[in-house]
Amino acid sequence: MLALVSPALLVILALIVLPVGWLAWQSIYHDGFTLENYRRVFTEDVYWRSFALTFEISLAVTVIALLLGYPVAYLANSVPKGWSILILSLVVLPFWTSVLVRAYAWLALLQRTGVINQFLRYLDAISEPLALVHNTFGTVVATVHILLPFMVLPLYATMQKIPNDLMQAGASLGASPSLTFMRVFLPLSLPGVLAGCTMVFVLCLGFYITPELLGGGRTVMVSMLVSRNVELYNQFGAASAVAVVLLLSVLAIFFVVSRFISLDRVLGQK
Amino acid sequence: MMRASPARMALYVISALVLVYLILPVLIIAPISFSSARFLTFPPPSFSLRWYEQYFSNAAWMQATRVTLTVALLTVVIATPFGVAAAYAISQSKLRIMRLIHMALLLPLVVPIIITAVGIFFVYAKVGLVATMPGLVLANVMLGLPYVVISVLAGLQSFDPAQEMVARSLGMNRLRSFFAVTLPQIKSSVVAGGIFAFISAMDETIVALFISGGQYQPLTKRMFTALRDEIDPTIAAISTLMTAASFMLVLLASTRQKRSG
Repeated sequence: MLALVSPALLVILALIVLPVGWLAWQSIYHDGFTLENYRRVFTEDVYWRSFALTFEISLAVTVIALLLGYPVAYLANSVPKGWSILILSLVVLPFWTSVLVRAYAWLALLQRTGVINQFLRYLDAISEPLALVHNTFGTVVATVHILLPFMVLPLYATMQKIPNDLMQAGASLGASPSLTFMRVFLPLSLPGVLAGCTMVFVLCLGFYITPELLGGGRTVMVSMLVSRNVELYNQFGAASAVAVVLLLSVLAIFFVVSRFISLDRVLGQK
Repeated sequence: MMRASPARMALYVISALVLVYLILPVLIIAPISFSSARFLTFPPPSFSLRWYEQYFSNAAWMQATRVTLTVALLTVVIATPFGVAAAYAISQSKLRIMRLIHMALLLPLVVPIIITAVGIFFVYAKVGLVATMPGLVLANVMLGLPYVVISVLAGLQSFDPAQEMVARSLGMNRLRSFFAVTLPQIKSSVVAGGIFAFISAMDETIVALFISGGQYQPLTKRMFTALRDEIDPTIAAISTLMTAASFMLVLLASTRQKRSG
């Protein structure tokens, strides 16, 4: 049996375990052991600000995705099966479009001469085009769009398991629909909320294409710090240290979350 | 059922708006690609195929397309058997270490892709695989493996291993019984896993940005570079074709999965 897994395992070891290990090694070793790279990451302004910005954006994206995703998952859970299949297909549809294609679509929609600005000017709602892209706003709009399916699917999966009887019991005992929702449904859906939020937050931490294309150079997320240190400045040690700190953050989040819910629930959707 | 309450109405409206937000960007590309305008105008002034002509007559885009299709096909050819073998072993074996191996095979989904990309770049730089075809294929095999493993494991879950036992007790060896009894029953999930690996390789951008170069640049890398410089509607034409290809493949995969029950 071990022989059967070995080709796949070998690929994984050579192409992800070894490269990540290499990064870790490179971050502390350059003609001798050094913590210089980590000192820079933790003390230099550029790095600090980028990490802070990345966490802020990820938090904002997660909250927005939850606010947008919860009603959709709730609706999909409460309508007849045919409708819920339709709703879920619409949610998953963009999922199978390349991230690059969607970044391009958002550029087409949001730029100064884009569809939305043209439409608003046509309505005479604005006199000057709005700056909707090449900034943090554009990055967040496109990132939420890409990550929303990762929120809706675990939410829906959890809501499916909440027995309908409980809501009826609440109603028969005289609770209003909003009270049954707040006291019964919402608390029972929290594992799904946690699973969805974890996945969205963690994926957002490492996002690269969207901020690079829609951030206009001003929204420097951690992933861009890594790539710039490699491509522009040849600072391999610094790039590695940033990557290691990012990876440790992700693993720490997974570890903390795994104390509350099974990780299969978080990862199971894709 | 009662009449829709205000809260219920609000739920419908909000959900409808969110769904519009989700699909609008996917639908906006096609009309742009068929527009005759150099710059984005909406609605498009007149119908034209000039961006498609430009794509098909450009040697660099065509070379990139060949690279993408070759990489995606080779990825499927390698990742599918590797993934099927691994999933089969994981589902059949009772060894403790298999759980750990199972988790290791899902690593590409857990590690942020930018970290994987930079790490692979450093390793490839040492062994001379940067800007080569084998390097690109290997990286995509790694990224596609989890999809095959997840899909096939799901397929194997509804398969009764006792059937294979019967075949073996009737004198077939393990390999033959796998191909004669097990594989036909999990065929759909194998095909679906392979299709997902293909789409993953076709759409992969970040690793390609770091490790591909010269004549072995896939479509996504050229698109990314083009998008950073200027917005050229040729990209809308390519995007439309890529999206159409993805959707057809997903449709194929899901009808396959449905048939397997």
